[in-house]
Amino acid sequence: MQAFYLQTQNMTVGYDKPLIEHIDLRLRRGEIMTLIGPNGAGKSTILKTIVRQLRLLGGVVELDGQSLASLDNKTVAQKMSVLMTERHQPELMTCRDVAAAGRYPYTGRMGVLSQADRAKVDEALAQVRAADLADRPFSAISDGQRQRVLLARALCQEPEILVLDEPTSFLDIRHKLELLSTLKELVAERQLAVVLSLHELDLAQRVSDLVVCVHNNSIEKVGPPEEVFTEDYIARLYELPPGIYSAAYGSLELPRIPGPPKVFVIGGGGSGIPAYRRLRRQGIPFAAGILQEHDLDFPAAKALAVDVISSPAFQPIEEGAYTQALAVLKTCENVLCCCPGFGPDNDANRRLLNAAQETGKPVVFSEGVSHGL
Amino acid sequence: MRRETKRYTVAFVILAVLLVSFVVWNLNAGSYGISVAQVMQIFLGNGSDATASRVVWDIRLPRVLAAILLGGALSVAGFLLQTFFANPIAGPFVLGISSGAKLVVAMTMIFFLQRGLLSNSVVMIAAAFVGAMLSMAFVLLVARKVRSMSILIICGIMIGYICSALTDFAVTFADDANIVNLHNWSMGSFSGITWSNVRVMAVTVGVALVWAFLLSKPMGAFQLGEGYALSVGVNVRRFRVELILLSSVLSACVTAFAGPISFVGIAVPHLIRSLFGSAKPILIIPGCFLGGGVFCLFCDLIARTVFAPVELSISSVTALFGAPVVIYMMIRRQTKRT
Repeated sequence: MQAFYLQTQNMTVGYDKPLIEHIDLRLRRGEIMTLIGPNGAGKSTILKTIVRQLRLLGGVVELDGQSLASLDNKTVAQKMSVLMTERHQPELMTCRDVAAAGRYPYTGRMGVLSQADRAKVDEALAQVRAADLADRPFSAISDGQRQRVLLARALCQEPEILVLDEPTSFLDIRHKLELLSTLKELVAERQLAVVLSLHELDLAQRVSDLVVCVHNNSIEKVGPPEEVFTEDYIARLYELPPGIYSAAYGSLELPRIPGPPKVFVIGGGGSGIPAYRRLRRQGIPFAAGILQEHDLDFPAAKALAVDVISSPAFQPIEEGAYTQALAVLKTCENVLCCCPGFGPDNDANRRLLNAAQETGKPVVFSEGVSHGL
Repeated sequence: MRRETKRYTVAFVILAVLLVSFVVWNLNAGSYGISVAQVMQIFLGNGSDATASRVVWDIRLPRVLAAILLGGALSVAGFLLQTFFANPIAGPFVLGISSGAKLVVAMTMIFFLQRGLLSNSVVMIAAAFVGAMLSMAFVLLVARKVRSMSILIICGIMIGYICSALTDFAVTFADDANIVNLHNWSMGSFSGITWSNVRVMAVTVGVALVWAFLLSKPMGAFQLGEGYALSVGVNVRRFRVELILLSSVLSACVTAFAGPISFVGIAVPHLIRSLFGSAKPILIIPGCFLGGGVFCLFCDLIARTVFAPVELSISSVTALFGAPVVIYMMIRRQTKRT
């Protein structure tokens, strides 16, 4: 087993006075460690202490087996690249100039770039797919492009570890994904160790090898994503009401609209989710059914519907669920059918729809659902 | 040759040509007309006209050298402050550093004059440095409290007014025959510079400039943010102290010899950055020195000759040409942001 590259022992961090104590983090090369947690929990404080922007208030930070405090600035700079939230807008610099700044620990007294340095800069820009930006002014490119160039700058330092503070903030989803997938490639190719903080739980879940949860002035939990991203724990970490966070999708729903259900939504196979969300937006309380517990619609329905009539997974819908659903349906004013088709497993939903039509409830079919069903 | 290298070379050549032209022009223009040919002859040591020779050697040449050295020093001081505050509108004059230096120098002069002593160049520089550091300390104190650059500059300008007012009181109540000199100096002027002044300023400015030039590399990193500079291995704390000391020494030296000179520290670095199309300190520091020299030679030429024999204060002329550049910069920054 490879030795830990970054190791903190009993680290205390904070601005002047201790904020979080007893931090023990361990990271190998080739792994991504993500810090998550509510705003103000201290994620940045931890990162700033690791990169020495803040004084270490206690304990030891080790890089490659050596105490960080014992290493000189240049040695650290050749091992660790940093991309913090500091947003400087240097004037009159091309993207290549900005990336080339990363050669700092390798150039001579006056910082003049050699041919080899230039080659490294171009290589780094190409690796983050920013080669075409090289001659553009840094101040004239988009946020997403800027982050890529800054990542190239970090690579020019030829680091062994990369520390990034919220690298995806202010980026649109495409650029978030691009940045993180580039990061993943780099980790694999260069065997980098990466520590970063993220606000996007879905992304954190997908890119991280190790997740560190910062909450209540402590490291509440450290583990692989599958241990951390459970509904109960994420709700506790971010102090959310239960049901809002869906572990299956790594996504969040708005809190449900309470009250007696006005609409009964017949869904299944993912067809119900847009309807649930639309009703939620319009502020209409609703019931959802009949959903088997493995159904795509089930987590969203549980989060958004006042009442979810469900039936055990992998079995045809039980008769008990049908009677229950019919009872709830009768209290609703409208019925909305999203279900795109019926078969042996969800035959109960077909009967439910027929029953609704017989009772004379107004039935609306959502778009894309043929009325003959 | 790479495209940028070509541009940088052209820029340096332009500055050098301008500098030489203005040196020659400054030497031959004035109330005592001396032709270019005469100037050349005087330099070659076979000038026939003794008066012309005296004018060039004893009056005009030291004055020209002072304008180059002090103009260059002021521009570089401005560039250092702009790097420090990460803002192109910082400069020794708007931050009140020049005025602080002026106040302490005036006090020192009066103190020496009243005791019938003649103060020498080194004492003047020391006094100016003390004044510059006092203003600088105040500016840094304000900068720690407020994040806004505009408030900082307003504070700097207010310090400038306070110091100028105090200097005026002092000058008004100082009773001495040399009061005229003091008054001229407090308005800003390159007149009356002696060779011994030039020697002292050459050494002071030279050392500070070389030191600043050697800081080009960390300065480049610092332009990308303090945190970033730290992460690539810059000893940020030491670097900041160096920037402060160097910019104070440079602006103190200017004030000690020529009084307060306005706007050069902002306008010249801006023009030089635009000329080079770059903000790389390794280019801009020498560029600023040359550009500051050219700018001050040009302004001094106007100050001396336009209303001759009456001489304008150098600061009025630099303000006339420098302030519009500063206004233009502020407007452009504001429109770019929105």
